[in-house]
Amino acid sequence: MTAADALAPGDAAEAVVAAVLADLGRGHRGVIVDSPPGAGKSTLVVRATAHLAAAGDRLMIVAQTNEQVDDLIERIAAKHPHLGVGRLSAATYAPSARVLAHPQVRVAQKADDLAEQPVVIATAAKWATLTDGSWTWAIVDEAYQMRSDMLLRIAGRFDKALFVGDPGQLDPFSTVEVERWAGLTWDPMRSAVSVLLAHNPDLPVHRLPVSWRLPASAAPVVARAFYPFTGFRSGTGPGDRRLELRAGGMGTAHDRALEEAAASGWALYELPARHTLRTDAEAVRATAALAVRLLQRGPVAHSEQGSAEVGADRIAIGAAHRDQVAAIRAALGEEGAGITVDTANRLQGREYDVTVVLHPLSGRRDATAFHLEAGRLCVLTSRHRHACVVVARAGIPELLDAHPSTEPVRLGVPVKFPDGWEANQAVLAHLAEHRVAAG
Amino acid sequence: MSVLTSLAQVQAAAAGVAQPVATVRHCHLAAAPLVMVPLKMAGEAAAPLAVMLGSDRAAPELLAVPQPRNRDLRFAFAAEFAKLVLEHVAANVGAAESLGEGKDGEERVRYTEAPQILLPNRGGVGFLRLLGRSTRFRRTEGPYAVEPAVPALGRWLTWYADRHDRPGSSLLLTMTETLRLHWATGQSSLEDGNLAALVGWIDPPDGLDGPAAARRAEDPVASPPAGPATDPTFDNEVLAPAIAAYDGAGRDPRAEERVRDALRGQLAPTWDLMWRSVDLLRTLPEGGSVARRWERDRDGFTWFHRSFAESLPQPRRDIAVRAARRLHDLERAQDAYEAQRAFDDPLVMIEHRLNGLAFGGVVVGGDPARLDESGKRPKLRPHLLVATGDPVRLDPGATVVNAARPGLKGRVLEVGADGVLVELTGGMGRGLVPAAGSVPQVGERVVFTSLTEGSFGPARFPEAEDTPWTHGGPPAEYVPTDEDAQEDWS
Repeated sequence: MTAADALAPGDAAEAVVAAVLADLGRGHRGVIVDSPPGAGKSTLVVRATAHLAAAGDRLMIVAQTNEQVDDLIERIAAKHPHLGVGRLSAATYAPSARVLAHPQVRVAQKADDLAEQPVVIATAAKWATLTDGSWTWAIVDEAYQMRSDMLLRIAGRFDKALFVGDPGQLDPFSTVEVERWAGLTWDPMRSAVSVLLAHNPDLPVHRLPVSWRLPASAAPVVARAFYPFTGFRSGTGPGDRRLELRAGGMGTAHDRALEEAAASGWALYELPARHTLRTDAEAVRATAALAVRLLQRGPVAHSEQGSAEVGADRIAIGAAHRDQVAAIRAALGEEGAGITVDTANRLQGREYDVTVVLHPLSGRRDATAFHLEAGRLCVLTSRHRHACVVVARAGIPELLDAHPSTEPVRLGVPVKFPDGWEANQAVLAHLAEHRVAAG
Repeated sequence: MSVLTSLAQVQAAAAGVAQPVATVRHCHLAAAPLVMVPLKMAGEAAAPLAVMLGSDRAAPELLAVPQPRNRDLRFAFAAEFAKLVLEHVAANVGAAESLGEGKDGEERVRYTEAPQILLPNRGGVGFLRLLGRSTRFRRTEGPYAVEPAVPALGRWLTWYADRHDRPGSSLLLTMTETLRLHWATGQSSLEDGNLAALVGWIDPPDGLDGPAAARRAEDPVASPPAGPATDPTFDNEVLAPAIAAYDGAGRDPRAEERVRDALRGQLAPTWDLMWRSVDLLRTLPEGGSVARRWERDRDGFTWFHRSFAESLPQPRRDIAVRAARRLHDLERAQDAYEAQRAFDDPLVMIEHRLNGLAFGGVVVGGDPARLDESGKRPKLRPHLLVATGDPVRLDPGATVVNAARPGLKGRVLEVGADGVLVELTGGMGRGLVPAAGSVPQVGERVVFTSLTEGSFGPARFPEAEDTPWTHGGPPAEYVPTDEDAQEDWS
């Protein structure tokens, strides 16, 4: 047990945030903050924004998607209603209602129109279109999801930067062969943080130690599987969160899986072993049916934030591929209206009470690097505040055993931890204790 | 693996013969391509053993290294090889079309031809890449001088290997990949890597079916590997004794001929397969956008050829800016290639229709002359209702284009039970009345897709001398030295 572990979760997290803000004033060119799922990354960005703006520095904020930009604007504006925020956007962007709700936010397509704003925020792609202008500080959000070639394009716009992100989530990807650059410290496929640290190894790296999202039942599992060396803990204790199903069940396999998840935080709904197409009709139906059944059971979430009914908007379904997502959406029908269904990529950074996950390896004959990627499973199994139900066909451990990682080892490429193969095994080993066979 | 490819594979397995997955040829085939079958020595990364090459199927040239461990012989081989490759390049430099004046006021041209190379498989590309690396930094004077053609060969081979990475480029094609783009077999993708087996499935010899032909291809005596690796039994029982005899006989031409004969026997079957594959590909009509992609290849060739004299060999590693730029270019090429293939070929488009990114059907209604008068001035915004049985997975608001005429753009308004409602936004002429024939009429069959050729435009990158601190700052300038050819491990 380290000194940080002895502190109350709130104090431990506060100590790290204070250290980050102190480092911003110490003359470092860059400061990096690693944040496990739900550890208050956005809160940190908001605080750092206020801190830097108060010091009178011109600040640019870089997020990866328009959705993330709008999320941040909403948070910053709610917390600091007098801070002038400029939102730089493409001509095709229509400001969303949550941005328009804040009069302090100015939307423009040209940076010149926002020269008066102390804080300017845009997606990385938009920042990359600028050819001049310079800001004292930049905050780069989701920096582990940003490819280093994007950082190369925007790095000329700022002098110093705070990089915030989750190292356990999905790595950047490309649609073309990228072997050519493997091992280069500026490999465009490496994440922005990885390249930054390769060239500036003495930059301070902080780590947020507490996940406020993940319940006590999930934090140790996710930490062990996906953050084996750094770890993190849950901000809540074992009894602090409870999922109650008000309507009684009928003892079906679906009901038993949901009850298992409500009681323990996890359930593995296991279909019989079979090789299937990607849009495995049976698995798709089961995934949708579980989510719909959950709604019918009248779920209520009790937590440190009080008790609230779990509506469709608090439930998400995650899958690996877009065609799976489309098939599940179609299978949800009217009864499942309002439930979020998306791929791991798009669920990054989102939070729900309960998630239903179609396991990326379910029904597959092979385990490719895509399906083994630790980040994919990590995103899917770390979106929930209360419980996570995984739908999978039997036989995944055997599939993994038949497909050990065979990616070639390359000189100069930092070893990736955790290994996707091992992380998958760790999660499955835990899920095996919460198995409910399909009836 | 997509549903359609899986289906084609199952059908191929059931029928015992490969099934088409394309209706047109998606690559350019030059009138006189340079077909090349390289072999390397087992156990070394890039020690050339032999290459059979030429543009005339009846008269292949065979170049061989009788003792591949001897570096002098290797570079002698490289010089001969260079002569043939550079001849092929020179044969394609001739006529040029004028493209008018560029921004700098200089006349821009594009050669009307470009030298195409055909290899059996990807392994061959890797071998040429390494051979290019081991020759392009050689010096033509000073210690270990080589013939001037050798570094030139290295630069051309490197250029070819780089072009091969570009999606849609036809300058360097590999036969197994190209055939697989057009046919699906009933065997695994690993087995498809064997050219003899693949051709056996596509065009089985008389009296055999695909699986039987593929089985025969597994016998390394009947069909030796297509390289660059050789068959180990051949290495041990034929090649090694022949090389030993050459060593023992003090470079006797007869001993050299024995090595060459052995290698000719290994290469000739693949040589024939390569030309049979070319014949198979020629039976397909060329896709509509192939000529445009070949234009890009010719542009690349023109530029590389014209700047060859004053430029340095390609660096061993890309600097940060160049790496990022190149990745961006490749991704744009990939994006355009995907879309163009689908526009050219209904069988490829079906793949996207199955995935829900395209839909096809009959126009059953709409308002072909609709004007949007909500803004300051009216805009031409016709509506089309397309009845379709496809599993549409496009969200309202998604931008789509007409597959038959990608210039016609629109967006999905609504996906309902009676079809997809599309609002057309562009490609109908400039006036408030659509240009004749630009808007599909009721009863017409149409396919709309969200694929577009340029879904993202060219990006800005900093100049190399402005490489930011996050990427290590500006790189040092390259100055050629005698040590350039040295590798860390050599």
